[in-house]
Formats: sequence, structure tokens, C-alpha cells
Amino acid sequence: MGKTLWIVSFLLGASLVLAACGGGTAPESTSNGETITVVETVVVEVPAESAVSVPAGFGVTLETVRARGNLICGVNSQVPGFGYVGADGGYSGFDVDYCRALAAAIFGDASKVEFRPVTAAERFTALQSGEIDILSRNTTWSLVRDTELGGNFTATTFYDGQGMMVPTESGITTLQDLAGGTVCVQTGTTTELNLADVMASLGIDYTPAVFEDADSTFAAYAEGRCDAVTTDKSGLISRRTVLTDPSAHVILDVTMSKEPLGPMVRHGDDQWFDIAQWTVFAMIAAEEFGITSANVDSVRSSATNPEVMRLLGLEGEMGLKLGLNNDWGYNIIKLVGNYEEVYNRNLGPDTPTYIPRGYNSLYTEGGLLYAPPVR
Amino acid sequence: MQKSTGQKAAIPFWRDERILNILGQAAFIIGLVIIGSFIFQNMRAGLAKQGITLSYNFLQGISGFDISETLFTYSRTSSYWQAFQVGLLNTLSVSIVGVIASTIFGVILGVARLSTNFLINRLAAFYLELIRNLSLLVFLIFWYLGVFLKLPRVGDAVIWPGSIYLTNRGVGVPWGLPTDSYPTFRLILIIGLVLAIGVFFALRAYSKRTGQAPLTILWASLTFAVVALLGWFVLPEAPLRFDAPVIEGLNMTGGKVLSPEFMALTSGLVLYTSAFIGEVVRSGILSVSKGQVEASRALGFNGFQTLRLIVFPQALRVIIPPLTSQYLNLIKNSSLAIAVGYPDLFYISNAIQNQSGRTVEMFSLVMITYLIFSLVTSLFMNWYNQRIKLVER
Repeated sequence: MGKTLWIVSFLLGASLVLAACGGGTAPESTSNGETITVVETVVVEVPAESAVSVPAGFGVTLETVRARGNLICGVNSQVPGFGYVGADGGYSGFDVDYCRALAAAIFGDASKVEFRPVTAAERFTALQSGEIDILSRNTTWSLVRDTELGGNFTATTFYDGQGMMVPTESGITTLQDLAGGTVCVQTGTTTELNLADVMASLGIDYTPAVFEDADSTFAAYAEGRCDAVTTDKSGLISRRTVLTDPSAHVILDVTMSKEPLGPMVRHGDDQWFDIAQWTVFAMIAAEEFGITSANVDSVRSSATNPEVMRLLGLEGEMGLKLGLNNDWGYNIIKLVGNYEEVYNRNLGPDTPTYIPRGYNSLYTEGGLLYAPPVR
Repeated sequence: MQKSTGQKAAIPFWRDERILNILGQAAFIIGLVIIGSFIFQNMRAGLAKQGITLSYNFLQGISGFDISETLFTYSRTSSYWQAFQVGLLNTLSVSIVGVIASTIFGVILGVARLSTNFLINRLAAFYLELIRNLSLLVFLIFWYLGVFLKLPRVGDAVIWPGSIYLTNRGVGVPWGLPTDSYPTFRLILIIGLVLAIGVFFALRAYSKRTGQAPLTILWASLTFAVVALLGWFVLPEAPLRFDAPVIEGLNMTGGKVLSPEFMALTSGLVLYTSAFIGEVVRSGILSVSKGQVEASRALGFNGFQTLRLIVFPQALRVIIPPLTSQYLNLIKNSSLAIAVGYPDLFYISNAIQNQSGRTVEMFSLVMITYLIFSLVTSLFMNWYNQRIKLVER
């Protein structure tokens, strides 16, 4: 008797399971309208994670950020000049200043940003899951990341290339000299893939020693675990400054790849994508027009160039079209600065992480920086 | 008869406690499934919003990265699935080496802890208390950064007798390379193994018949060793040529080079787990009542015989269940390899999910794999426990 009852109840349960599954999957295959219905039900089910599970539709990210009162920006915390936690616990760097510019554009307050350090391996998951609003962490633009990883690169903020650093005393000058050697590299990076590509195409036999984050990669290199360490040249220059004896290491005169670095947003919210992209363009445009944080107020009061007036919110409704206030461009320049100011503050000649501007100059000066018209 | 009782006890089903119990449980299961499917649908819908669908087909794709330590040929053109297998085998090799070595160390520690020799006893106690109260992650990083990477650079390697090279690129040990006569030698080894198993069962049968307790395992392994040695010297050419490591260019070549990552991970895991196993062994031995030891002494057994024939068989019953969980801990803790850069299952899966963006798929795969490892281990240990436990009639 007991056994029969068990079987009956089991079958009952099993059929309900199947019914639940069938009912649940049906909207997947039908129109978009029905999919949204499912999502709404789910939001009710898991209220504790509302910030995460809200579907990222048009304008949702900006709404979430405004409601929260600050921007959550995924940054690096281990690369001086780009994203680094200083002795006072504060964040500084080129990528970090971009987050501040975005906060300035949204809130008119560059301090309304929470920096969340993410490793190379966890950054895309953090972005996909909504844990961060934007990823500004020397991330290379690539096809797979633009598609399969569910993200969109907004604009290139830094044109970089992969380099190789060796101890000066090793006497290594070319990649061929590394034959039979060991190369330290960080996991989950395009660097890791380029290294394999380049070494295979040159036919050089080598052993990779792969580590979880920049700190452990360079710690192992410093201990002599590897003959060389590879990452973006900017990263090498910046990490060299924190080695015990920076002059004992030399960066080889080879560029192994193209590394366009820039901020990345999630798929699905075009408004947010536009805001993130135009924040970059506003900074570049400001440099083109020679507007700096120091002279922005005087430029604003005497501006006659229509494009400058549109950028500073004096003419047209450019900010409103982005879903922001009209003085977004003014706030970025006033509170954070134009591209050149941000560059020089973090990577300029007066900093220990000096990197010549090279490709990262305006197109008028032989570089690649070019902002579309603000109109 | 049946009919009459049926009529008497005709309780309506909504008041029948048995039915109500079952209905309650069914409702619970249904609720669980509904919540589970809602969560799953939520995830699917969320991923679909970003244009991501769940699929394991990406495992066929080209990985594009190199791996430092592989047990089979692997290159950047191999698939993600092959990369996953590399990690799987690396985890297995660390686990197997770890389980065997930590059992040996653990038993020695456990016995030493109970030694009547003051120095041995205190030293073992100090070691156990020190290691058991450390964090394993800290311990592993200490072994990596503090010990194996602090070894001299390749240029000024420390060379121990027997051509053992200690450098911060790894520990080089001589390794046998098979020669032409190796296939014959392998055949001889198999014969030796069969003979050894024969000796083992013959001695067991003898022991059952006469009540004597010969050193079964010792004799069996001696048989194997004698056959192997005979084979080695009888063959016209030595079956293995010893290849010592040499420093060449930037690295060591020849012999077998054990990477600092592997060394740090295995030594860390073994020393850590053996401390816990030591305590398990000690508790097992102490669980055997003192009367047993005294009785065996009174019957004229010496110390070794007492340990082997009286104490250990009884202690084993107490030792096996907690020992199983220590083995499982070791296997699961091996995923801390990521901290020292050893390409184990979790480490490589992390690299795969990061290069392919397939987080959910990779993590489900990793969890299932660890689950299978653990279940197989505990199945085996449970079978063994069943075999040795006290037969009660």
C-alpha cells in the first residue's frame, strides 16, 4: 500500500515537473512579448537581487545608476597609471579618471563613483551579471568580446601593443633569444592568446607560466621564475615602476599585437552605450578645441564656435538626447578634464609611469584620436 | 476479513495521516522544482537578453592559449575540450600523488604523536598543532613564493647527490628513458606482478588455514622486486637509460623537471593534509582499548606484532570514515592550484570560461567533475569500510 502511494505521488510530482518545464520554456521560442512576461515573473521571485536581475533594456542602466546615486565602475587595482590603489587607499589612473568623467556627465559630481576592482578573469562575468555598470580596465577590443562575451566596446581610449620585458642582465634582445625559455603571462587576457600566436608563427619553443592576476605574474617574474614577462606595453612600463630596481629591466623593441583598450558596456542598453561612448568623445573633442578644466568657464562665457557651444550645453539639447543634463560636457571638462589633462595626470612626462603619447595623440598631430562631431 | 477491516477503518483520505504525510512531501518537492525552474528560467532569460544561449558546442572551438604542464600533446590549436582534459589529468595526478604521500606521512605522524619517546612525541605534536592551525591558501603561497621560487636561479643551481637539481625553474630529477629492451622488461614486470599477487593469496590462504600471520604484503612486494631485479640484469641491455637533467641555455633539459608550481602545490597539500590524517590515525589508535594491548602483550606479542595484528585492524574501523573525508578535502583543496599558477582543472576551466565567455557552462562542468571525483573516492572508501568493519552476527 505504502509503496503504491509513493509511486503515485512520485509520478504526480514528475508530471508536474515536466509541466513546469514545458510551461517555462514555451515563451523562449515565441515572440519577444512573451519572453518579457517570464522575466517580469522572475523579478518578483527574486526581489533581493533587483539591481542584477532587472533586464537591461533601453535606458535601464542609467535609471538604475541614478536610483542608486552612484556609478559602479569595474577597474584594475594593480596597474599604476591606469588603475591603481595608492597608499591612501584611493584609486587613481587613466581608466579610473574615465569613470570619474562618466560620473561627472551623469551626476555633475565626479566623486559619485564606486570603484570595484576586478581581475582579468572575472571582469566580463562581473559586467554580464550587472555587478558593475561599466568596465574600464585596460581591456582590449576584440571580436569575441564584442559578441560572445555579451559586451560592447564604446571607443578606444588608449592604443596599445603587446610587449615583452626581460632583465637587462639576461642579454635577451629579440623574441628568438627566448627559445627554450619561460614567459610569465596573466590568464584570461588577449596577451595570453597573442603570446601563443606569435611564438607559434615564429616557431619558437617556450613554456608559459600563467598566473591569476598582475601582482602574482610580476611577483613570479621578479623572483626569476620566468625569463621574460609579457603584457601590453603600457602595462609593462607601469609595472616596471613598482619593481625593486626598475633600471634592471628592459622592454624589448618588439610589438607583438594591436591592443586597442577602452571601456566596455553590456549588450542590450543602447542609451548607456551612447553615454559611455560620448563621454570619451567629449574628452577628445575638448582637447581638439583646447578647452581645459582651467579655462572651461571663460570659454563658456565667451564661446562663439557652435560646436563648442553644443559641447558645453549652450546651444541645442545634446545632453538631453543622451538622457543626461545639458551641461554634461561642461561637467566632464570642469570636473575631470579633457583627454590631454587626464593623460598627462596619469601617464605624462611628470609621472613615474611616463608613456609618450605616440598613437594616442589627436589626428591633427599624427595620432589616432578623432572625435565625431557633436551635433 | 479484509473487507470488514477495510470498512471499519474507512478513514477519508484527507484525514489519513499516511496519505497526508506523503502529500506534504510531494507538495514540498513540487515547490522545490517550481522555484528551481524559475531560477533557471530567470538565468536563461537574463542571458538571452544579452544574446547568450546555453550550449556546450563551444568546447569544440580552438582554445588559442598554451598550457605549461600537459600530460599529453597539447598546443594552441587544440580544442577547449582538450584543454579541459589537460586540467582534469593534472588534477588527477596531484590528487593521486597527494593521497598516497599524505597517507604515508599521516600514519608516521600519528604513530610518532603516540610515541613514548619524549622528543619524537613533542616534535610530532608541535608539527601537528602548527600545520593544522594554518590557512591552506597561505601555506601554499608560502611554499611557492617563500620556498620554491627562492631556490637559486638556473645559472647557479644547487646540485644534490644523484643529479638532483634545485632551481627556481623547478626541481630536476634523473628520469629513466626506455631503451630497446624495455618492452621485454615490461613483460617481466607483469609476470612479477602476477607472481606477487599469487604469493599474496597463497599466504592469505595459509594464514587462514594455520592461524599464523605472515607478513603478506612484505613477501608479495619482495617477490615483485626480486623478479624485476632479475629481469633488469638478465636482459642484454638495461631497459631504462638514466637521463640526468642538465642546464642548457635558459632552462633545464633532460631528466624530469618538476615545476615549482607542481612542487609547491603537492608539498603544501601533502604536508597540510598529513597533519589532519595524523590526528585521525592517533584517534583511531587511541580508540582501541588498553586491555587489548595488555592482553596481546600477555600473550607474548612484541610491540610491532601488537601494532600490526591487534591495534591497527581495530583502529582501521575508526580511521576509515574520517580518512575518507580527508581524502575528499585534499581533492577539493587541489583547486587552490590557481593561487600558485598550477594548471589544474579549475584553473584551466577558469581560463576557458574567460576566453570563451561561457561562465555558466564551464562552472557546471567543473562542479560535475569535482562531484564525480568525490563520489568515486567515497564509493571506494565506503566499499573498503564495509569490508573491514566488525562482522556482527
